[in-house]
Amino acid sequence: MLTMGIDIGSAASKAVILEDGVRIVAGTVVSAGTGTRGPSQVYAEVLDQAGVKETEISRIVATGYGRMNFQKADRELSEVSCHGRGMHFLLPDVRTVIDIGGQDAKTLLLDERGNLSHFLMNDKCAAGTGRFLEAMARVLDIRIEDMGEIAEQSQNPVSISSTCAVFAESEVISRLAGGEAIPDILAGIHGAVAKKVSGLAIRMGYQPKVAMSGGVARNHGVVKAMERELGCPVQVPDCCQLAGALGAALYAYGDLINKRRERV
Amino acid sequence: MNENMNQQETVAAKPKRQKSKSQLMAAALLDKAYNDTIEAKARGEKIGWATSLFPQEIAETLGLHIVYPENHGAAIAAKKLADPFLQYAEAHDCNNDLCSYAKIDLAYADILDCSPASNMAKPDFLLVANNGCNEITKWFELISRKYQIPIFMIDMTYNHMPYVTESRVQYIKAQIEKVIEDLSAFTGKAWDQERFAEIMRISTVNRGLWEQVADYLALKPSPLSGFDLFNYMGPMVFTRGREETGDVMRQLISEIEEHIKNGTSTYPAKEEFRVFWEGIACWPYLSHNLKTLKKYGINVCATAYARAWSLDYTPGDLESLARAYSFTSSNNILLEESVRRRTEWNKKFSIDGSIYHVNLACKVMVCQQQELMRRVSEACGNLPYMAFDGDQADYRNFSEAQFETRIEAFAELMRKHREECENG
Repeated sequence: MLTMGIDIGSAASKAVILEDGVRIVAGTVVSAGTGTRGPSQVYAEVLDQAGVKETEISRIVATGYGRMNFQKADRELSEVSCHGRGMHFLLPDVRTVIDIGGQDAKTLLLDERGNLSHFLMNDKCAAGTGRFLEAMARVLDIRIEDMGEIAEQSQNPVSISSTCAVFAESEVISRLAGGEAIPDILAGIHGAVAKKVSGLAIRMGYQPKVAMSGGVARNHGVVKAMERELGCPVQVPDCCQLAGALGAALYAYGDLINKRRERV
Repeated sequence: MNENMNQQETVAAKPKRQKSKSQLMAAALLDKAYNDTIEAKARGEKIGWATSLFPQEIAETLGLHIVYPENHGAAIAAKKLADPFLQYAEAHDCNNDLCSYAKIDLAYADILDCSPASNMAKPDFLLVANNGCNEITKWFELISRKYQIPIFMIDMTYNHMPYVTESRVQYIKAQIEKVIEDLSAFTGKAWDQERFAEIMRISTVNRGLWEQVADYLALKPSPLSGFDLFNYMGPMVFTRGREETGDVMRQLISEIEEHIKNGTSTYPAKEEFRVFWEGIACWPYLSHNLKTLKKYGINVCATAYARAWSLDYTPGDLESLARAYSFTSSNNILLEESVRRRTEWNKKFSIDGSIYHVNLACKVMVCQQQELMRRVSEACGNLPYMAFDGDQADYRNFSEAQFETRIEAFAELMRKHREECENG
């Protein structure tokens, strides 16, 4: 039995096809979010990658900011629930999930069964989210996917005091004008993100083990900065960006199993 | 016009839910209060603007017509008319992060027209009590300077102990007596001690009726939607010293009793969860909030905000009135007392979780909120809670999508907590 989870974020669309609730058959990411071609493209690509037709998918659950606008979904669920479920599947020992997406940052506390015990989300401002990093990458004229690697060359990280994208942009420009090295500025930017989001984890009462999901988790610089702030290791699964879509596919599978049980 | 178009128009013309008699009575009472003030002004009488927790008994006894800018700001925001006032205020010396009621009112003081919402006549005096807010003293000072009109102020004292100390009661009482003297002299109205006692009696009866309404929410399932309380707050803020407010409450009670008899409710869905709403309503999004909560069967069964106007004193006893007014708003009492009240209400109303409105307009309210969340949850067996960013009147400080995501996850938390409690 195949189920699909589709996570339509503000900056990217992600999809996972799951077999019998245990095996990931396919998973794709398209760097275009809600309101763009992203959702339809990721849907077509994940079917193509799995080599299956849409009629073979038994149930689809949509999550993410754009979940309400995906017509093919049988059910919509919040990304809070889906990220928790997906991360528990990938890393069953994890109790704290830090998810940083395009415009949301959230921290989740899970119980031993992967159920949500508590959560906190960023305030309305998108400071400390993927959009902030995108803006900084643009100012520094580097690709967002290269940020982590470049920051590793940092010898003397600078302090970026602002997490407001507008103020931080001018701060970064003045640092550049002052002759600071790009890796050092990047390390400062990662530190600013980690400080902002780790505050949520601390306020929530985070418990080990800690893991990160979402697109920003692919940036090693942010992960390392987060480890420094929290004083503990932070795990990142290989398919960190697919955690929400995977959770949605797991919920879709759970729905079908429950229905089957009800029939029995 | 083809058939399809006709069908579409039929769908689009879906009628709104008919208002109940008590809702119509409450709205008429408020309209009348605004109109009476405008007419009094036209007759040459002196009219006032007051802070929402100023002892209305004084003005009511003197027969003065009073309006409440906070209530007015909430009405403007709820009717989605706030935008030009917010823009005007920020273009005329108001910082963006000032209280949104203040921004709307300071702009209104220049514009003096918010139709189709009810207008407030230009004031001749101001009545200020700082028991709900301290920013309001500066805000009213600005209004006073603008119109060159006097302020009659009662400093209500902050209470850092679980009661109002005797010396503070005497301090407030002495100020009330001075305000009565000064306001009588300024307006030329005679003070009548017997009428004062009678207004206190009427207010106390209305308080009892208001408590009775709020207490119906303890029934499971509740015969009314908790958000209804927000809609009936107008008369309790504006006219709680008048017999007509009692008529509205009695009509509402008879409607609730009818719902109980018929097994129906004004809550428009099956009640799955019962929650406590912390803070002021998010007025510009009241219907959106209700719609989102309804989707998950969440009914707001308790709120501290609506009860702030439930002043408990002994008619004729000025000291008890002073004590009650100084010890009502969450902004004027210590954290322990706030936790105690919420713990009691959570039990009484069988609350499944708390929703905290992180109201960007009210820094005092938000200041202790994180600690309040933690302590109330602990005191109530790790009761689930969630917080969302919003604003009582500035529609720009709220995100519908963020609210929806949080509410969905919150429903999951409450479901899990309930299962855990049931399974021991």
